[in-house]
Amino acid sequence: MTSIAISRPRAPLRVAVSGAVAAWLVAWFTEAPLSDWLTFEVLGLERGSHFGEAVAFFLLDVPKVLLLLVGIVTVVTLIRGFFPPERVRAALAGRGVMVGTVAAASFGIVTPFCSCSAVPLFIGFVEAGIPLGVTFAFLISSPMVNEVALVLLWGLFGPGIALVYMAAGLTVAIIGGLVIGRLRMERYVEDYVWALQGKGGAVAEVHLTWADRIGDAWRYTKDLVRRITPYLLVGIGIGALIHGYAPTDLVASIGGRSNPLAVPIVVLIAIPLYSNAAGTIPIVQALLGKGMPLGTTLAFMMAITAISLPEFIILRRVIRPQLIAVFTATVTIGILAIGYLFNALIV
Amino acid sequence: MKKIEVLGPGCANCKRLEANAREAAIMAGVEAEVTKVTDYGQIASYGIMSTPGLVIDGKVVSYGRIPSAGDIALWLSEA
Repeated sequence: MTSIAISRPRAPLRVAVSGAVAAWLVAWFTEAPLSDWLTFEVLGLERGSHFGEAVAFFLLDVPKVLLLLVGIVTVVTLIRGFFPPERVRAALAGRGVMVGTVAAASFGIVTPFCSCSAVPLFIGFVEAGIPLGVTFAFLISSPMVNEVALVLLWGLFGPGIALVYMAAGLTVAIIGGLVIGRLRMERYVEDYVWALQGKGGAVAEVHLTWADRIGDAWRYTKDLVRRITPYLLVGIGIGALIHGYAPTDLVASIGGRSNPLAVPIVVLIAIPLYSNAAGTIPIVQALLGKGMPLGTTLAFMMAITAISLPEFIILRRVIRPQLIAVFTATVTIGILAIGYLFNALIV
Repeated sequence: MKKIEVLGPGCANCKRLEANAREAAIMAGVEAEVTKVTDYGQIASYGIMSTPGLVIDGKVVSYGRIPSAGDIALWLSEA
């Protein structure tokens, strides 16, 4: 009986994958006309009315964002399975500070991150002798330049804003890492972390088949989508209300260029929204449509992903409050600078 | 008697992996002792950074992912 349980039958991989891809493409190309038809024909709402436009925004965005998330998160998860942090660490060990910092920030784009993995990651880097500044470049870029944010920005605003966001995030991570490295904060790392240095062995690479990798990516995506869908629905709902009802001059007067405090205000608003990029991007999309300038928008997005209170609390296990404060301050200043810079550059 | 260690600070993924490991032991018909390693220093000493990790008889067999109970059962019967 036991041996039967071990050898489970698997659906042929090729069939499952091509079926999923085909279904995704059909859904992607039919969802816009379908939601339009549903809003204005089936529900009979009036084009151009506040309520009609809000409902149309909601019905267009929910399937669009869900499709984007499912499709691209699966692909990104599959790709980043080839860049586990253990491999990144091996690539970073023994590099110079400048090369190491730039490389660490870039690796942050492809490596997975959740606040529960911050501590093992930090210990692992320090233990391998990677400089503190390089470690922080990674810790800043990994959550900030994350795939969910990039995918949604790309899908809802186009590639331009997604790439600008990525470049800005990398810049903050690199400069933040260099600054923290320069400040010689090593004494604010808990002593037990230093005691571990050189104790860990290199772990053997575990061989994974394509079926394993695709299965892992799909499970991860399902889990993620299930977790963020409630936030997404609320976010798109609020976005729809803004889209249909908020007068343009109101958004422009609060978030606009004429208000010099707009950037710090949106950063403050973003702090409790940590890691809810999925729920916030639809709101941001509606705000941008109503005249919120790009710099303010970017600062808002970056603050949501990078300033995470739970992560700071968890990092307390390995670093002292002084270093957490420096880390937070560096990231915040970087985000504010990006916000003001883009508002000044792009008219 | 197999010794299974689940490495991880105790997040949802670690609990899922632990459940899979226990199920795997039953599936493979192996007597196994499942322990959780939650201390960060100890986790680091195995050389892994991405949790959860799975160790069978002192050897790291998986990290940064949640292998299915079926896969773990295979490893248990191979080891």
